[in-house]
Amino acid sequence: MTASATASRAGWRVKQPSIIPGFGLTLGFSLAYLSLIILIPIAGLLWRTAELGWSGFFAILSDERTIRALYVSFGTAFIAALVNVIFGTLLAWVLTRYRFPGRRLIDAMVDLPFALPTAVAGIAFASLYAPNGWIGSLFMPFRIAFTPIGIVIALIFIGLPFVVRTVQPIMEEIDKEVEEAAATLGANRFQTIFNVLLPGLTPALLTGFALAFARGVGEYGSVIFIAGNIPYVSEIAPLLIVIRLEEFNYAGATAIATIMLLISFAMLLVINLIQAWSRRRYGNV
Amino acid sequence: MEVKINNIRKEFDRFAALNDVSLNIASGELIALLGPSGSGKTTLLRLIAGLDFPTAGQIFFGEEDASRHSVQERNVGFVFQHYALFRHMTVAQNIGFGLKVRPSASRPPKSEIKKRVSDLLDMVQLSGLENRYPNQLSGGQRQRVALARAMAIEPRILLLDEPFGALDAKVRKELRRWLREFHDRTGHTTVFVTHDQEEALELADRVVVMSQGKIEQVGSADDVYDRPQSPFVFSFIGESSHLPVEVKNGTVLFQGEPIGISEKTDAAGDLFFRPEDVVLTDEKDALFGKVTACRRLAGTRIAEIDIANNGHDPFHVEVEVPLHAPVELGSEARFRPTRWKIFNK
Amino acid sequence: MSDNRRISFRNPADESFSTKLILVALTLVFLAFFLFLPLVSVFYEAFREGWVTYEEALLEPDAWAAIQLTLTVAAIAVPLNLVFGLAASWAIAKFEFKGKAFLITLIDLPFSISPVISGLVYVLLFGSGSLLGPFLKSYGIEILFAVPGIVLATVFVTFPFVARELIPLMQEQGTGDEEAALSLGASGWQTFWYVTLPNIKWGLLYGVLLCNARAMGEFGAVSVVSGRIRGLTNTMPLHVEILYNEYNMVAAFAVASLLALLALVTLALKTFLELRFGAGAAGGRH
Repeated sequence: MTASATASRAGWRVKQPSIIPGFGLTLGFSLAYLSLIILIPIAGLLWRTAELGWSGFFAILSDERTIRALYVSFGTAFIAALVNVIFGTLLAWVLTRYRFPGRRLIDAMVDLPFALPTAVAGIAFASLYAPNGWIGSLFMPFRIAFTPIGIVIALIFIGLPFVVRTVQPIMEEIDKEVEEAAATLGANRFQTIFNVLLPGLTPALLTGFALAFARGVGEYGSVIFIAGNIPYVSEIAPLLIVIRLEEFNYAGATAIATIMLLISFAMLLVINLIQAWSRRRYGNV
Repeated sequence: MEVKINNIRKEFDRFAALNDVSLNIASGELIALLGPSGSGKTTLLRLIAGLDFPTAGQIFFGEEDASRHSVQERNVGFVFQHYALFRHMTVAQNIGFGLKVRPSASRPPKSEIKKRVSDLLDMVQLSGLENRYPNQLSGGQRQRVALARAMAIEPRILLLDEPFGALDAKVRKELRRWLREFHDRTGHTTVFVTHDQEEALELADRVVVMSQGKIEQVGSADDVYDRPQSPFVFSFIGESSHLPVEVKNGTVLFQGEPIGISEKTDAAGDLFFRPEDVVLTDEKDALFGKVTACRRLAGTRIAEIDIANNGHDPFHVEVEVPLHAPVELGSEARFRPTRWKIFNK
Repeated sequence: MSDNRRISFRNPADESFSTKLILVALTLVFLAFFLFLPLVSVFYEAFREGWVTYEEALLEPDAWAAIQLTLTVAAIAVPLNLVFGLAASWAIAKFEFKGKAFLITLIDLPFSISPVISGLVYVLLFGSGSLLGPFLKSYGIEILFAVPGIVLATVFVTFPFVARELIPLMQEQGTGDEEAALSLGASGWQTFWYVTLPNIKWGLLYGVLLCNARAMGEFGAVSVVSGRIRGLTNTMPLHVEILYNEYNMVAAFAVASLLALLALVTLALKTFLELRFGAGAAGGRH
C-alpha cells in the first residue's frame, strides 16, 4: 500500500527510493545479459518466422508430417502428465504421510530426473524397455520401446518430479484437523480424501500437470532413443526440428519451433493464472 | 443427551495423558473443561468425540456405549480450535458437507439441504455470506461457520476445543456471550475446553478443573472459586497465597506462633487464602511482614509482603488493602486471613 | 454385531495398515520401473564386460576429449550464470521497481522452452543464412559447430538456475541486514561481501550445483549447435549418443555412468544441504 501511496505523491516512478547501492549496476547487467542470451536470440527466431509470412508459416504447419509430429509430442506429453498426476500424488502422499524404511532415500531420488542428463536417461530407458531388455522382455510380444508408448514412458520419468515437488509442500501443510473435522461430520475416509483433500490440492495438481506437460512437449534427449523415430508414428516435434535443420530447411525448423514456443508461452500464462486464481480464492497456496 | 465417562485412561507411548477419569454430564448442560496445557482436557474432549480411543474405560451417550462406535457413527458436533474449515468450499458447502456425505438412504434431498444451510446461517447470523470462501471471512465469522457446520448434522453433543483461543480480546467477549445465548436457545449438551478461567467461570453451568490427567474438582463457578477442594484448584483459580502452618489444640500456628485464627482438627499443612479475604489488624496474634511492593488495582490496592523465614528465602504473599490504609512501601504490615483453607500435607 | 466389538484404535485422519502397505508397495513398484531400474541398468551395462573394458572406454581419446570439453563448457557457463544470478537477485530482492514480476517471468523463460529450440535460436543467429554468422566468419570467428556455440547454448539452458534459487531466498531475508551494515559505514561492496554473501552462501551453492549438473548433462540444445565433430565439439552426452548409435553399448554406458555418477553426487549434496540447513536454503522449484 505504501508503494501506491508514494507513487501517487511522486507521480510515476520506476524505482522506490532506497539507501542500498548497486541498483543501476545489477539491473543494468541483468537486463543486458538477459537480452544477449535470451531475448535477442528468441526475437531472431520470431523475426525469421515473420519473414515466412502467414501463408508460408501455415504451409509448413499444415504439412502432414509436422502435424503428426506435433500430435505425437502433445499427445504423449498429455498422457504422461496425466499418469504423473496420479502417481505423483500417490508418491507425494506416501512420502508426506507414511514412515517406512528408505523413505528419505526415495524422497531424495525423486529429483533424479532433474539431475540425470537426458541422454543418459534416454539410453537407459531404451535398453530397459527394448524387446530384449529387462522390462521390455516381460511385456513381449507387446512392444513398448520404439512405439509412442515408449515416448510416454520416458516422459513419465521426466515429468514426475514436477508433480511431486509441486504437490508435496501443499500436502505437508494440510492440517490434520481438517480431516478430523470431516470425520466428525460423518465422512468416511474415502469421502474425506475425495471430497476434502483432493479438491484442496487441485491448484497444485493443475500446476504440476502443466509443468510436466510443458516439459514433456519440449523434451528431446530422453525420448529420441526409445521412440524409434518413425515418421508419422513416433517422431516428436523437437526431433523434426533437428531433422529440418540437418536438411538445411531453416524455414521448416523455424515454423515448428515458433508454434511450440507460442504454446509454451501459453502454458506459462496458464500456470500463472492458476496460481493467481488459487491465491485469490483460497489464500496463500 | 446425557454423557457418562467411566474410569477413562489414555496413554500416549506409556505416558498417561488421562488417568482414571470419570464424569457425568447431564442432558442440556454447558460444561467447561478447564486446566493448564498438558492437563489432559483436550484429550478428554477428543475421546468423547471419538477422534482418539481410550486405553481403558468407557464412554456412554445415554444408554449406548459410544466407545464401540467410530467418530463417524457417534454424531457429535466438534468445533476445532482453528476451525478446520474446508478452504476450497464456500460457507454454504462447508455447512452442508455433513449432510452431503450421508449414505443415500439417509441423505436429505438437495432442496432440504439448502434450506437447512440457510436456517443455520440465520441462526449464526451470517445470512448473505453463503457464497464466500473461508479465506474471505473474519476470525469471528469463521468460528460461527464452524459452529453452524457442526450443528448441521444435528449432533447429540456439541464439543468445542478452545473455541475463542484464536480470537482477539474484543471479539472473544462478544462471542462468549453469543455462545451462551446460543446454548440457551438450542439446549444442546455442550462441552468446551479452555485454559481461560474467566471464560470457564462466566460461561459454564459446571466447571471441570483438570490437572496432570486427573479431574481435580467439578462444580459451579461458585463451588470452584469459593470452595476449592485441592491446593491446585485454590492456586489455579483466582489469586491466592499459601504458607506452611500447624494446627495445635484448635489454634493455627505459623512458625510456632499463633496467628489469630482457629481450626477444628489438628493437622500440619498449607494455609491458603485469597488476597481479598484478609483484614489488617493491630493485634499481636497475626501474620506480619515487610511490604515490598504496592500496586493499584481498580478500587483497591494489592500489597506484596515478604514474611521472614529464619534466614531462608522469605515467604511471599499478596493481600488486598483498602486505598487509604496506612500501608507504606518498606513498612511492616500485620494481617489475618478472614477466609481460608488448610490442606493437609 | 457382537457385543464385544471394539472399534479400531485408528485415528480417523489415518489409513489402515493394510491400505498403507498397498500404497507404499504400489509406489515402490512404480519407482522401480521408472527410477531405480533405469539407474541401475546404466551401471550394469557399463560394467557388464568388466572393469578393464570400462576403463578403456573412458580413456579412449574421443571419450577423453568429450570429458574435457564438457568440463570446459561447464567451467565457463556456470560462472557466467553465477554472476548473473547474483546481479539479478540483488536487483530483484533488494529493490522495488516496476516490471519486476515480468522480469522474473523472463528469467524463468528458458525452463519452458524446448532445449532443441534453445539451440535453434543460435543456429538462426549465427548460421550461414544469418547476418552475423558470415560477418564473424570473415574475421575468423567460428561460433556454430565450435566451442563458443556450445557454451552459448549451455548458458541459455542453465540461465535461470542460480537466480531461481537466490531470488526467493534473498527476498525472504529482506534488506534489514544490508541497511544496518550501510548505516555502520560499510561500502556497498563490503556490505555485499561481509553481510549478504554469508547469508546466501548455501542457497548459492545449491543453485550452482543444479546449474552445473544441467550444464554438464545438456543434450538437445548442444546437439543442435555442436555439429558433433568427434574429438572437437563432442560433449559427453553427445558422445554417449554417438557410441549408442554405433551399437558400442559398453562404451556408451561407460560414459553415461560418469554422468549418472555426477547426478547422484549432485543429489547427495543437495539432500545434505537440505538436511543441514533446512529447506529454506534450498527452496524454489527447478
